[in-house]
Parts: sequence; structure tokens; C-alpha cells
Amino acid sequence: MSERALLEIRALHKRFGGVAATDGVDLKVAAGEIHALIGPNGAGKTTLVAQVAGQLASDSGVVHFDGAEITHLSPHKRALRGLARSFQITRLFASLSVLENMAVSVQASSGHTFSFWQRVDADQALVERAQAMLERLGLGDKHDWRIEQLSHGEQRALEVGMALAGKPKLVLLDEPLAGMGAQESAEMTALIGSLRGEFAVLLIEHDVDAVFRLADTVSVLVNGRIIASGKPEDVRRDPGVAMAYLGSEQEVL
Amino acid sequence: MNAARLAAFAALLAALALPPVLQAAGADFYLGTASRILVYAVAATSLNLLLGYGGMISLGHAAFFGLGAYATAILLSEGVQSGLVHLLVVIVAVGVASLVIGAISLRTRGVYFIMITLAFSQMLFYLVNSVKGYGGDEGLTLRVRSLLPGGLDLRDGNTFYYCALAVLALELFLLHRFVHSRFGRVVRALRDDEVRAEALGLPVFASKLVVFVAAGILCGLAGALSVNLQGYVSPNLLHWTQSGTLLVMVILGGVGTLWGGLLGAAALLLMQELLSAQTEYFEFWIGWVLLGVVLFARHGLAGMLRSLFAPKVRS
Amino acid sequence: MSGLFVLEQALNGLQLGFMLFLLAAGLTLVFGVMDMINMAHGSLYMIGAFVAAWLVGLTGSFIIGVAGAIALTALFGILLETSILRTLYARDHLSQVLATFALILILNDGVKMIFGNDLPLSAPQALEGPIEIIPGLMYSAWRLLIIAVGVVVAVLLYLLVQKTRMGALVRAGASNREMCTAMGVDVGRLFTLVFGLGAALCAVAGSLLAPLLAVQVGMGENILILAFVVIVIGGIGSIRGALVGAMLVGIVDTMGRTLLQQLLREALPPQWASAAGPALASMSVYLLMAVMLVARPQGLFPVRT
Repeated sequence: MSERALLEIRALHKRFGGVAATDGVDLKVAAGEIHALIGPNGAGKTTLVAQVAGQLASDSGVVHFDGAEITHLSPHKRALRGLARSFQITRLFASLSVLENMAVSVQASSGHTFSFWQRVDADQALVERAQAMLERLGLGDKHDWRIEQLSHGEQRALEVGMALAGKPKLVLLDEPLAGMGAQESAEMTALIGSLRGEFAVLLIEHDVDAVFRLADTVSVLVNGRIIASGKPEDVRRDPGVAMAYLGSEQEVL
Repeated sequence: MNAARLAAFAALLAALALPPVLQAAGADFYLGTASRILVYAVAATSLNLLLGYGGMISLGHAAFFGLGAYATAILLSEGVQSGLVHLLVVIVAVGVASLVIGAISLRTRGVYFIMITLAFSQMLFYLVNSVKGYGGDEGLTLRVRSLLPGGLDLRDGNTFYYCALAVLALELFLLHRFVHSRFGRVVRALRDDEVRAEALGLPVFASKLVVFVAAGILCGLAGALSVNLQGYVSPNLLHWTQSGTLLVMVILGGVGTLWGGLLGAAALLLMQELLSAQTEYFEFWIGWVLLGVVLFARHGLAGMLRSLFAPKVRS
Repeated sequence: MSGLFVLEQALNGLQLGFMLFLLAAGLTLVFGVMDMINMAHGSLYMIGAFVAAWLVGLTGSFIIGVAGAIALTALFGILLETSILRTLYARDHLSQVLATFALILILNDGVKMIFGNDLPLSAPQALEGPIEIIPGLMYSAWRLLIIAVGVVVAVLLYLLVQKTRMGALVRAGASNREMCTAMGVDVGRLFTLVFGLGAALCAVAGSLLAPLLAVQVGMGENILILAFVVIVIGGIGSIRGALVGAMLVGIVDTMGRTLLQQLLREALPPQWASAAGPALASMSVYLLMAVMLVARPQGLFPVRT
């Protein structure tokens, strides 16, 4: 008996001219699970991420989230419904401090956007929530730093943290480990692992080792289609997957 | 009370004391200049809100100045002198115009936004130019001014000065509250990275529109004041080069700073006064100063002051 | 309204269109290849007109006047590019707008200092009168020359952009600048050449239009905005777009002014009609621009990748 999936994608399509970047994708993510999406370069991960996040309109297919259809919703509406995302290329607010970056992320989900009279830094509840999140990311003591003063790994951590700040139901992590060294990767991997149960995570990653250690479910995207989906050890043994990555039927993953 | 607050109070006191001081020194003439600076400071500050804090580069902001001016001028020429009526009409007229223009323009980004604001202001320029009933391309001269409650007539130099000062002070105060508010932080965030802001669930379009309309209305108020000061309106107030002039003031004063509008308006208008007394080619020199600022002193006067007095404070 | 009248207006529209094309072509190339908003482009047009008027006054020869204007303006443009404008390529659009706006101030007064506020120029005697192009329609010979020059320049530009190596580099640069640099093209020299070409085109337009419009300081500001309208409609970076856009704007503006005036005269009291006609025509040009920006910002002939 399966629970209704938190995120359900059915028959999603997107063509660019003559190329089908997304060619009929079916995917399900359950609440609280870490679901990884891997695939060789050119498989269509970027396009699919943009479609799920709402930045790119799909040609056909449906996206269901938390019981409602969100296929045509803007990224802003999806975020408000609890579908958050982080970006592959770090996007932070350069003129705000680390704490302010986190606070504005918390603020986004708590409304009162147009309140223009009161001092925002006097809002204790907001500050506390933001600071707590920073502590979780290991950035607690750097709260009044400028973004440019953070290291690459710290910026990536903040990048992910901001997506989590609004307490979403599902967070789409777009290559969070991009450009990281060994130490930073280990810390980020630990952070992502700590999210299990609290958030559903759709993790798009190239780092196959990390993925197989972290994920509850792994889906493999090749040429715009999911060719395998299931527990990590099952996917690892799938001959089609090995073929897609290496062109042979050996088990190498 | 911190240094910034002290400085603000000092400036306010100095401004309040200016008319009697000028009178005592027999230099009443300069009250007109000071009043002009105040009026353009209101306009430039409104553009600073739009551009410096909101990140929206508009080449059509002067259109709202012109609309506010024409709304007031038309009412005055039809015999309606009540300042409160003027205020209400300007807010509604400019509010509606900026709402419509903003709602359409904000569907575009970057250089296209610059172009579309230009397009709308040129449309309004030609529209106003063709309305023969109120002066057409020759403009309209007025013999009366707005009347404020308590029998105050803006025709009187001192009264006008204090009225304009009050408007500017209120505007700066509201801007200050805005910058430190929840909304202010949202606007600064979306100026930095709109895509991220949207992905977080922040209402980007609505926020930008609110700022656009607020900036438009404030500029319209400056226009209404200018009619009372000059006693004259002309379609040239809406020409794109006027928007350029406002941009110049903002950049001279310091983009994205509280005092940038006032500093820039003062700098440009004083430069014009001083240089035009020396040579008829004063725009030549102003052009070089502006070029220098754009190339070498990007943060304008406010930036220079800040680095002089508070080099360790993070902006 | 007679058919001949409409034809005459159409020819006027073509004439304005070709002149706008000369301005827009340079502007769109600079915008497309160097990603630079140049508000001082109209000033180059003004300089071209003044230099032509001055040289004609000096030598009495129109040919020397126009040729000299082209050469000197192009040279001035290149000087401007290598000294000041070059530093703006890397800057944001706001800085470019402001810096080139500053240049407008400097150049307006600069021209005033050298030549005075205006410098009248009339067409050469041989071409001053009208000629009968078809029975019943007399049209100014000078305006016909403008149209002819416009066609020739359009063809030459087409050949330059499509058939020469420089043209290929320009097209490549307009569609993908980073790729161009990565492929080792001497981008600096290309930019200077593009700018010089734009300045030369401005001078052609300035010197040809000088007998028809007043040669005066500030003449660049209004035509500049029309040029921006043209490149928005045509597509930033596209010469073809500049041509089509310019024709569209030229015809809508010219025919709109007179035809609308005629139509409105039948419906409204005369003083309204005479004002409303031109106003509506001008407004409709900007309305077209606004619609384009919302519906299809990349223009009729998109170039950018």
C-alpha cells in the first residue's frame, strides 16, 4: 500500500525546437524522503529542474504537489505552497548581511511583506528563527558578515539554508555539492542527511558516491526519461543504468 | 542618539533657520534657490527610491513630475485654489497613471524596462504638448498659487519654503522607516537577485509596483510644488532629458542612499547657479563633472561623505 | 484626399525612414555588438550636420561638405570611442546612460562654442527645385536624393555585413559576444570600427537632413529617441530589423501626422484637429514601441542568442 506521494510528476514533456529535453518524465517523491536524481551530462536535469521549480513552462504533463495540481504555477506561488529550491549557481543577496539573507527567507513565508513602518530588526521572533537556522548551518557566529566574506562552501551552505528557512514541505536541491572540496562536501552531505524526515528532498547531483550514501530512492534520468527508479542498491545493479553511464553492462556504480 | 541622527537634526535645524538668516544678511534672493533645491530634492529622492533602493532604472520618471505639475496648474487656472484639493488630485491622478504605466512596464526587464519607461513618458509629453487649451507647447503661466489651511498662501516665499521643507522632511522620514522595515528588506533583496527572491516566495511584481507607484506619487508632489514656485508649467517638464537630469541628481548625490536626492539636487542646482554666472557654457562643465563622477566616484557625494566620516561602517 | 497626396506623404515617410535607418543602424550595432546604450549617438548626428554646414559654407561645394562631414565625424567618433567610451563597455547600463548623457551636455555646448547655436544650410542649387516624378506629382529633388542615398547605403551595408569578413565578425559579435572573444577576435579593433561606422552613418544622415531641418544645437535629442524606437521594434543588433523598423516608424510618423490631421479635421473643430493629428501620430509611434516591448521584446528580427 503506497502513500500518496508528496510530489508527483506525470508524463512531463518539453521540447526545444527539434530536441525533446524532457521526454515523458514520471517521478514520485514521498514526504520526508531523500530522493536523488542522477544522470549523465545532457540527460535533461537542468530542464527538468526548471520545470519542477516553475521557471520553465512545460509543453504537456502534470505536476502534483501536496494534493494539488501546480503545473502552471509561478515559482513564487510554488514556494508559498511549500516547494522550495536552491540554485546550482549560488544566488545570495549581496547587499544584505548573512543574517539578513536568512531573515528575508524566513520572512517570505511569514507574510506581512508590505509592512513598511516598523523596524524589521526589532522583530525578535524573526531574528531568532533566522539565527537558529544559521546555527544549524554552522554559520551562527558569522551572522553579521557580508556575503563576499564567506568561503565558497559557506555560501553554498547558506544557499541551501535559505531554501529551508521557510519550512517547506519539499526542497529541490540543485547540485548543492557543486564546486566543493572534500571537507566541504562531507559537511554538506551531513547537512542534507540531517534533513531526512523533516523535509522531503529532491536532490539533483553529479556526485554519485554522495548520492548513493544519502538517498532513500534514486532515479536515473537519461535522454529526458527516467530509465530506473528505486532503492540505491537496486538501481546500482540495473544494467540499463550502467549502459547509460558507461556504454557497457558492467556494474560499476 | 547616534551620529547619523545628530547630523539629521542639525541639518533640519539649519534648514529651519535659513530664511531668517538670509533675510538678516540681506540675501533674500537666495531663498528662491533654496526652495528650488528643496523641490528637486523631493523629486530626486523619489527617483532614488525607485532606482537606488528598488533597482529600477527609469528614463521616464519626469513624466510624473510633469503630471503632478499639470494637474495642479489646470486646477489653478480653473480657479480651484485649495491646496488640499490639489494634494488629493495629484495623488489620485499620478497614482493611477503610475499604476497603469508600472503594471505594464514591469512586465519587462533590464534594458527593455529603460526603453518602455522612455516610451511612456514621450507619449505623455506629446499628449500634453497637444492640449492647446492649457498652453500647448508654449506652456501655461499662472497668476495664483495653492492655498493651505490656515490662510497660508504659497505665493509667499517663506511660506513656500517651509511647506517644501516639510514635504521633504516627511519624505526622508518615510524613506528612512521604509529602508529599515520588512518591506524595505524585501525590496533590497529583490534588487540584488530577483530570481532568488521569487524562488523564496516573495511577491516580486507586487513589491516593485508598490515602489514604482510610491515613487511616482512623490515625484508628482514635487511637480505640484514646482508649479507653486515657478508659476509656470510647460510640456518640457515631461521630456526625457528632464528624466535624465533627475538621474544626474541621483548619481551625483549617491544612488541608494537616504540623502542622495537632496545632496544631488543641491549639487547640480548650485553648480548651475555658480557656473552660469561665469559662463554661458555651464552645461559643458557640468557634463565633465558628471562624467567624472560616473567613471570615478560611483557612490556620489554621499559615498564620499561616508568614506570620510565613517570608513569602518558597513553600508 | 487624393491618391497623389497619399503618395507624396508615403515618399516623405520613406525619406524619414531611410534617415532613421542610417541612425538606427549605427545605434543597433553598438548596442548589439558592444552591449552599450549610447545616448550621445544623436550628438554625432548633430556634429555631422554642423560640420557639413560649416564646410559647405567654407568651400561652397556640397560634395566636399558631405564627404568632409563623414570623414571628420567618423574620426571624432573613433577618438571618442578609444578615449572614453571604451571604459563603459564593462559597466552596467545605468552608468552607460549617465556617462553618455554627460557627453550630450558636453557636446551640445562644445558645438555651441565652436559653431554657435545654429548654422543654416541649404540644398545645392541644382537640386533645390521640385521635379515631376509622375504626371501631376511634384516632389523635392533633394528629398528624392535622400531616398536614393538611403537605398544605396542600405545595399552597401547589406553587402558589408553579409559578404565581408568584418561583417561576419560583426554579426557574430552581435549574436554572441563572449564566444567572439573566446575565439580570439581582436574585439577592441572591431568595436572601434563598428563605432566609427556608426558615426559615419550619423554624419550622412545629419548632412543630408540639414537643408530640411534646422541645424541647431540639441537637434540630436529628439531623433535619438526615434532611433531607439526603431531598434526596439526591429530587434537590437539587427541591421535588417533597423531597416524594417525605420520604414515602419518613418511611415507611421509622417503619414500619421498628415493623414490623421485630415481625418480628424472632418470630425473635430479645426484647432483640435491640427494639434491632435501630430500628437496622435507621435504617440502612436511610442505606443507601438511599448506594445513591442511587452509582446515581443526581442524585436521583429531577433539576433541575440
